[in-house]
Amino acid sequence: MEAADQVPPATPRVAPRTVASGAGRWLAASWRVLTSPVRAVLGWWRRSIQARVVIGVLTLSAVLAFLAGWVLLTQVTNGLLDGQRKSALTQAAQGFAAAQSRLDQEDVVAESDPGAPLNQLLDDLAPHDEASGDYTVIVIGPLADVLANQPQTWAPRLSSQLDVASSVPAELVTQIQSAPGSYWAYTGLHRTPADSSHPALVVGSQVTVTSQAISYGLLYVFPLAEQQQTLSVVERGLLGAGAVLIVLLSTIAWLVTRQVVTPVRLARRIAERLAAGRLEERMHVRGQDDIARLGQSFNQMAGGLQRQIRQLEELSRVQRRFVADVSHELRTPLTTVRMASDLLYEAREDFDAPTARSAELLQDELNRFEGLLTDLLEISRFDAGAAALELSDVDLRASVRHVLEANSPIARRRGSSFVVTIPDEPAVVQADARRVERIVRNLVVNALQYGEGSDVEITVAAQPDSVCVVVRDHGVGLKPGEETLVFSRFWRADPARTRTRGGTGLGLSIAVEDTLLHGGVLDAWGRPGRGAAFRLVLPRRVGAPLTPAPLVVAEEPPAPVGAPYARLDRDPGIEPR
Amino acid sequence: MDAIRPHKGRVLVVDDDSSLSEMLTIVLRSEGFEPRVCPTGDQAMAMVREFKPDLVLLDLMLPGKDGVDVCRQIRGESGVPIIMLTAKSDTIDIVVGLESGADDYVVKPFKPKELVARLRARLRTYEDEVPETLQIGDLDIDVAGHTVKRNTAPLFLTPLEFDLLVCLARKPWQVFTREVLLEQVWGYRHAADTRLVNVHVQRLRSKVERDPENPAIVLTVRGVGYKAGGPDSG
Repeated sequence: MEAADQVPPATPRVAPRTVASGAGRWLAASWRVLTSPVRAVLGWWRRSIQARVVIGVLTLSAVLAFLAGWVLLTQVTNGLLDGQRKSALTQAAQGFAAAQSRLDQEDVVAESDPGAPLNQLLDDLAPHDEASGDYTVIVIGPLADVLANQPQTWAPRLSSQLDVASSVPAELVTQIQSAPGSYWAYTGLHRTPADSSHPALVVGSQVTVTSQAISYGLLYVFPLAEQQQTLSVVERGLLGAGAVLIVLLSTIAWLVTRQVVTPVRLARRIAERLAAGRLEERMHVRGQDDIARLGQSFNQMAGGLQRQIRQLEELSRVQRRFVADVSHELRTPLTTVRMASDLLYEAREDFDAPTARSAELLQDELNRFEGLLTDLLEISRFDAGAAALELSDVDLRASVRHVLEANSPIARRRGSSFVVTIPDEPAVVQADARRVERIVRNLVVNALQYGEGSDVEITVAAQPDSVCVVVRDHGVGLKPGEETLVFSRFWRADPARTRTRGGTGLGLSIAVEDTLLHGGVLDAWGRPGRGAAFRLVLPRRVGAPLTPAPLVVAEEPPAPVGAPYARLDRDPGIEPR
Repeated sequence: MDAIRPHKGRVLVVDDDSSLSEMLTIVLRSEGFEPRVCPTGDQAMAMVREFKPDLVLLDLMLPGKDGVDVCRQIRGESGVPIIMLTAKSDTIDIVVGLESGADDYVVKPFKPKELVARLRARLRTYEDEVPETLQIGDLDIDVAGHTVKRNTAPLFLTPLEFDLLVCLARKPWQVFTREVLLEQVWGYRHAADTRLVNVHVQRLRSKVERDPENPAIVLTVRGVGYKAGGPDSG
């Protein structure tokens, strides 16, 4: 009812924050969606040796194949072009010589217009059939005009269709003009100015019409289409070979790493199973290589572990058995003694004073002995790891009420009264009812023993994930540092006085063990002369994590809900198991 | 109400420890019982037949035949109340003992008064009660006659099982917590071991239910306890 009333006013206050965080959530979600493939790949990369090796080999072999291919291609290109150039130069040189000798002849001298003899020359030099070669002959000039860039006067004469201006490099023309001799250059041919470029070798030389002292440029153009075709075949071959090489190397790397990684993964799985308690799991060993030896060592280790664990289990079993036997062997005579003592105690009024007192002492000490035996057996059961929880839903309020009811006679005798603060709503935890009641009883009895007749305050508080019980007295209290010592076995705050207080000195140790069994926390606060407070915090579900809080040293014990007084993870008197 | 009739005081003590047996004899005799000691498990059954005890005090750890076996054997022939004496407070031992047919158990070392209280609780009689018939499910219970019938066919229950059934049947509208049942049937004043209730409800169901997996007579109320099925159900 109360909770329902509180909801409406709380909602508007919370709403804007919800919207803001909603937008943030949406952003974060979309970011996650966007980056998830990247993260998946990164995760895969981080986790898988195989992936790293294969990708590494892939990258390296790609670089290697590229470099090798490049070198090879350069070599082949150079070889092909060198041969072609040599034959071209030879052929051109013959042509040049023939042309010059023709121009030196008398009949050319007579002509005033050099056009006709030049055309004649072109006809002679141009290839006449397939066998004589596939080349073009060009005459440009006069060279003086070419350099002056007067196209109308140097209109070239060609043996076949070619756009000279874009096909013949200007540097070559300059070289031809500057000095006699033959020159060559690679170029791209264009049949028309808009045509695409075809690779070619141009060889050129000066020819002079001696009678008129006019120089012309004679150019041989050898197309390199065949060579280019060869080169592209080689290039394709290299590309294919490179790709095959990369795939092959990656596959090999994948196979080789698989050889290594598979047993490693197998070992990991087996190790996980071992860790999960399946001790009989072993690796399958085949052959005698390193992997097989790894498997052997692994199996030896597993065997060793199994032996050790079995031994410990056996020890624990023997210990438990021993405790059970001791328990039985001790309890039977104790029962007889107990009954005899009770009989004597009941009849003590018929005895003389010393005998009656003896019967009383016998009875009292027998009670103590019995308590001690019970506690010792309980502790040894904890130590043997034989303590098991019998879980049910326990309302801590009921446990506290039971304990207080049972202990009210002792409280009356000691002059203490209980001040109880218990919530209206149930404080239910998943717990072992017997143990929880024992914890509370030990705390209450402890408070009565050391409370010096002061009131004992018992507070039960319920939190969303845990339930808490605080038992506070105003008696002798604890000195600094005693907050953890108080849980040690047989530890007494004041050795000189405790004998009269009774108790076994094991109550709080057992309480701690019971608490830890539930995954809870039991801690203490105290000041000399101002009393002590013990707080039990139990998770709603056994083993559920309790939110840890910082250690607080306060003058007053903190509220039941909040920081621990002093965190105690294990009885300091016990060596870690 | 708890008046002990003279013939309701024979107690057979099955225990191998002679000192404890003698001490028990002294205590029981001083409380008005008529005890007899059986030192081994093997002789226990013969003694039960011969002595016809009103109650058996049975040590769980016996030389020769084990206490659990003895308990089963006695249960095979008789519904006589059995109280186990056990030195082991471990759950498994107690549950095994109870499942073998013991009505109650006392953990050593016990106080004589505690033991006597347990004995009296198991020996109490209802002789002064008016004739009363109850119906639960398809069962007819004759309380004074200590008989339970299903369609005139009698069912054989131990006195404890009978008490448990009567307790539930008297108030079919009420849900009984385990603690309340412990108090009303076993006579515990303080909440004790609720396993007693669980085990005996199972035993009772195995005798009175047509389908113990799917009970119609003794219903479980989750998180609370048990209640009787209505007269029409089942």
